Formats: sequence, C-alpha cells, structure tokens
Amino acid sequence: MTFLSTVKAIAISAALAVSVALPAAHADEQYFPLQSYRVGPYAAGGTGFFGGFIDYLNLINIRDGGVNGVKLTWDECETQYEVERGVECYERQKSHAGAAAWNPLSVGIAYAMIDRITADKVPLITVNHGRTDSTDGRVFPYVFPLLLNPYSETSGIVNYIAAKEGGIDKLKGKKIVVLYHGSPYGKETIPIYELLAQKYGFTVQQIEVPHPGNEQQSQWLTIRRAKPDFVVLRGWGVMNPVALKTAVKVGYPVDHIIGNVWSNSEEDVIPAGDAAKGYTAITTQASGNTYPVVQEIVKTVYGAGKGNLEDKSRIGSVYHNLGIVNGILNVEAIRIAQEKFGHRTLTGDEVRWGFEHLKLDPAKVEALGAKDLFHSINVSWDNHEGEGYVTFQQWDGKKWNVVSDWIAPDWALLRPIIEKSAEAYAAEKGIKPRTAADAEAVAATN
Amino acid sequence: MIGDFDYQFFLEVLTGGLLSGVMYSLVAIGFVLIYKTSGVLNFAQGALLLFAALTFVSLVERGVPFALALAVTFAIMVALGIGIERTVLRPLTNKPPITLFMATLGLSYIIEGAAQLIWGTQVHGLELGIEDVPLEVGGVLISQFDIFAAAVAAAMVLLLSLFFRYTRIGLSFRAVADDQFAALAVGLRLPLIWASVWAAAGLVALVAGLLWGARLGVQFSLSLVVLKALPVLVLGGFDSILGAIVGGLLIGASEKLAEVYIGDYFGGGIESWFAYVVALVFLLVRPSGLFGQKLVERV
Repeated sequence: MTFLSTVKAIAISAALAVSVALPAAHADEQYFPLQSYRVGPYAAGGTGFFGGFIDYLNLINIRDGGVNGVKLTWDECETQYEVERGVECYERQKSHAGAAAWNPLSVGIAYAMIDRITADKVPLITVNHGRTDSTDGRVFPYVFPLLLNPYSETSGIVNYIAAKEGGIDKLKGKKIVVLYHGSPYGKETIPIYELLAQKYGFTVQQIEVPHPGNEQQSQWLTIRRAKPDFVVLRGWGVMNPVALKTAVKVGYPVDHIIGNVWSNSEEDVIPAGDAAKGYTAITTQASGNTYPVVQEIVKTVYGAGKGNLEDKSRIGSVYHNLGIVNGILNVEAIRIAQEKFGHRTLTGDEVRWGFEHLKLDPAKVEALGAKDLFHSINVSWDNHEGEGYVTFQQWDGKKWNVVSDWIAPDWALLRPIIEKSAEAYAAEKGIKPRTAADAEAVAATN
Repeated sequence: MIGDFDYQFFLEVLTGGLLSGVMYSLVAIGFVLIYKTSGVLNFAQGALLLFAALTFVSLVERGVPFALALAVTFAIMVALGIGIERTVLRPLTNKPPITLFMATLGLSYIIEGAAQLIWGTQVHGLELGIEDVPLEVGGVLISQFDIFAAAVAAAMVLLLSLFFRYTRIGLSFRAVADDQFAALAVGLRLPLIWASVWAAAGLVALVAGLLWGARLGVQFSLSLVVLKALPVLVLGGFDSILGAIVGGLLIGASEKLAEVYIGDYFGGGIESWFAYVVALVFLLVRPSGLFGQKLVERV
C-alpha cells in the first residue's frame, strides 16, 4: 500500500468512525443518554441492566425499524457508579439533541440530577429505586420511580410475610429484623417499617451494616440473640452474599430471610454458594429466558451478532430482565407520546407526557411478549410509580423460582405519607405543586 | 447489672471478632513484607489480592484443576510482583516516600482495571471445600471456616518467621530492612531482594485473596479489604509481622464488641470507623505501633 492510499484509507475510516460515533441529531432519531457502569464495584449489575436495556432498544430498531420509523440511538458514559462521574456524564451528554430520558440506575446520581433535569424538562427514570416521594408527580414532574418505590417495596415484603404466616392479623406479636445498608438508600425505609410495625402489631429492629458490608459478624450475632421470625435484607453489592454466609455461620435459617429488590439478583446469591439455598427475594420482574420478548431478543438481536452481553448465559438474569422491562417502559412511553405529538423525534417534555400516560394492562403486557415477566403499570400525572405489582422468587442453588402470585403493595396506606413528604419538599424548595392541567401543557422544545 | 450480663454472648462476639481479626492480619502481612524491606506502603496490596483471587477462580471455572490453577496463579503473582518492582518502583528509587505511596495508589487502580479487563466483571463463588456450618464449643458457636483461616494465617506467620530467620535470602531481607546502605556496602543485591519480597507479597495476596474470596465471593469489593488492614498496621506497626497479627486480633475484637455493646448509642454501624478510632488513639500514644521499630534520626 502506498503512502497516499494509506492516508486515504485512514481518512475514510476516520470519516466513517466519526459518522457512526457523532451524536447526529436527525429528525427521525430518539436519543438515550446512558450513564452506565461497566467497571468498578457494581459492574456486574451495570452490565446486566444496561445490557438488557440496549438489547431491547436494538430489538425495536432491528425488528420494527425503530418506533414508528424513529430510530432509537444511545451512547454510554462510564460512571463507575460514582455520583461525580455521573454528573460529568450528564454535562457531557445533555447537549445531544432529542434526549428521551435519563436512566442512571443509581440513587446517588439520580438525586444529583433532579434539579438539573427538571430545568431541562427531560424525564429521569429510576426504575425500582429513587426517592419515594418522587412518586408524587405534582411536585416531581420529571422524576419517575417506575414500578416500585422503596415504600411500596416495604409494603410488598410485609404483605408477603403476612401471607406466609396466614394473614395480616397473624403479624401481631411477630418480630422482624431489617438489616440495611449504611447509606441513604439503606435508610430510606426506616420510617415506613416503624409505621407498618405499629399498624400491624409486629416489632421491628433495624440494624445497620456499614458500607460496603464485607463484615457482618456482630450484626448477625445480635440477630441470633434477638431471635426474629424474619430478617429483611436491604442490601447492595457485596453486603448480600456476606449476609447469607454469615447467617449460616451463626445458625440463622436462610429461608427466613427476605431480600429486597436490590438483593435479588444472581450476583447476590452465587458468591454465597450453598448458603443461599432457600433464600427468598422480592422482584418486579421474573428471571429466566422463556418469555417471548426475551426469546425474540435472543433470535433477532443476538442472532444478528448485536447482543450486548458478552456472557450469553446471563441472558434472562434478574438484571438483564430488569433492563429489558425498563426498555419496554421507555419505548412504550415514546410510542404513546408519538400518538399525540406525531411520529417524529420528541422533546423531553413530550416524552414526560408519554410517561404520564403509560398504561400497560396485563393484556398489553402479553401483547408485548412480556406476560409473567412483569405484571402491569398504570402511571398518571400525579402517580409516577404506576402501581407496579411484586412477586417473590426463591433461589434453589442454581436458579430463581417464583414462589408467589403477583402481590399489590398497600398503595392507599402509603399515598398520604408520600404526599406529605413531597409537600414538605415542595415547601423547602419553593415549588408550586402542579395541577392536572399543568401536566397536560407541554413545552415545544427542550 | 452484672448479674444480667450474658457472658456466653460476650464470648461469642469476642471469639468472632478475634477470628475476623485474623482475616485482617492476613491482608496486613502483605503490607508489612513490602514496608519492612523497602519502606514503601504498598496501597496496591488489595488490588493484588483481587487480581490473585480473580485469576484463580477464572482458571478453575475454565476447567483448570485446582492445584494447577493455584500453581499458575502463584506464578502469575510472582511475575506481576517482579514486574511492578522493575517497572514502577525501581525507577523511583530514592524518591520521597509520598512519591512511592502515590505510585502504588495509581498502581492499585491499574491492577483493578486490568483484572476486570482480563477476567470480566462478573462475581464468582469460590468454594475451598471447607464447611462453614458453625461448631458449638461450650455453648459458643464458632465458624469452621474462620478456624481454618486462622490456622492458615498461623502457618504463614510461622513459615515467614522461619524464612526470615534461617534462610540466606530471609537474612538478606532483614539486613536490608535494618539498613539499606549497609546492606549494599556488604554486597547484597538490593534489586534481587526487592524482587523477591514483591514475589512473597504476591504469595500472601494469593492466600489472602482465596480466603477472603471464599468469604465474600470473588468480586471487585475484595480490593476494599485494604481498608480493614490499615488500622491493623497503625496499631501493630508497619514493619512487624507479629504486630500485624496482634493488631488484627485487637482491631477485630474491639470493633465487634463496640458494635454490639455501644453501637446503639451512636445509631449503629460504627465498626467501620471505630477501628480507626482505636488506631488513632494508639497513633497518639505510640506512633510506631505496638511492635513497630522506633525511628531515631540524627539531625
């Protein structure tokens, strides 16, 4: 190859690379800024979740040619689950036109972005996590803790324990220990456990495990002495397998430990080995690869060599399926908004409107190929969680098995508490709560 | 009231704390080896521990027999240790201690990144074939795995002590630790000794990595166990293997007892910082630690 032809080849390659890599703002593209984490302590969860999300976006592009012809695009910015990096990523990615929604999968990053995305009028999705009071769309117009907020999760767990004991009245006199991660995320549910304990007559003891949770001997000895009927594990990362191993070490029965939604993945149980057998955890989406939508991803996306997971054995894992469900919710919100605003690139505020009309009943969920993968969602302008149902899965040493029906948290009980907290936030920040009419008004541009 | 005091529970907490302390000592010993001979506080010891455990478990998962995986991982750790000494620390010889510390800090990030790049980010279970059902001794439950870990730590300390006392290279280590310039003057080859000590630290990282990996699962958080070793080093002294053991026992026992008996007064979750309170108090009273060498500088 001559020098000139080499230069020409490099120039063509560079031009191609730039055309692929540049965040072009075409009229028929909808962009997702992904603040992902594929290295660092929480990489296992990040690769699974963002892998599932991207797999679903790819499915829509390959199978359907996008959403009504609007291609879905995205780029990733590595956060390592660190708040400052997440904010850096936000600053870098926000200038891209056509941003549909932010999905950082991090409580810390989400908290840091609330004021910013509210000013930008672009939705922030915190599926299964985030601030509980952001459920109140009157005060948090752009934040969506879809499917499950921490209080609903707590209510779902207590309802499950009640069902195991034979009814809600059987909770009276029982003792529950909550072992929580020493972080704002871990402490979020302290008041609601106290409140439910008072309401149903059980006693609750809440014990903190300092971050990262790789030593829990003293906590579990305290638990053994307390002799609780159940332990709720509200963990994260390495804290979860260590909790299960230490429980066995002090002789506490693992089948009386109920994990929360961030203690429910394969990554939480596999490192614990045999100690995790019989452990049960709450989830909003079932694991496994038998659901039609997952099968389609395997056939269409992985078949085309565009699958995001390097390790294909992780297809259908808890985090991968959560990513897929998150993809479904984002895409359907865009589809709903397009029906009102047109089949084109939408503004962030138009996508917000789409999320606020995101209603997927079980029949619609089935039509999307996700029957039994998740139950349903019913988001409105003032309820940004959308009444997600939960189910419980038990680890048998190799895989999770669903062991309950879909359970509804006690939304009626929780709503006044959420509103009170949101109103306090509004007062502190000087926010005037929206009305339904305000929510219908949509900004024309970002 | 004394009469109401649950002695059995106290003993259980104390025993658990002492056994946890042994696990901290295992990590601390890796620091001591390097510090003793080269004066470098090797912050990358946690990353080495992660790298060793991840390499071992990845080889086993790819069908390599246990013993062969152990041997291959050991060889890799020795090569890595020698490589670090040659490429990072040797060029920085005679630089201020803070420069060397910063170099190992940077190194820890590079090793963590490389470990994930090579072996992936998935978490792994690691079974060493040790039952972890508790043994009941006089009404006190004791973890079989922790007893095994304590036995391994004791064996390692014994081996290292014999090595330092009776082998030529071990005696060279001690000579270098006492006075580098005098050691050079009598013809000891410092680069060879430093390479050997980094290889030894690699072995310690492998042993600690396997035991901690079996306890936590093999995942990124393994590298964070260095945070448990630091107060142990402050307490026991940075250049004493015996100090690492005694420091580990004291830190393990005190943090567990504090968590259980006074934790509630501070809202719980105090053990992670209580260890540093103990270390800080010792630092104020005895800056060189319980067994550390007192530095006397003539000015």
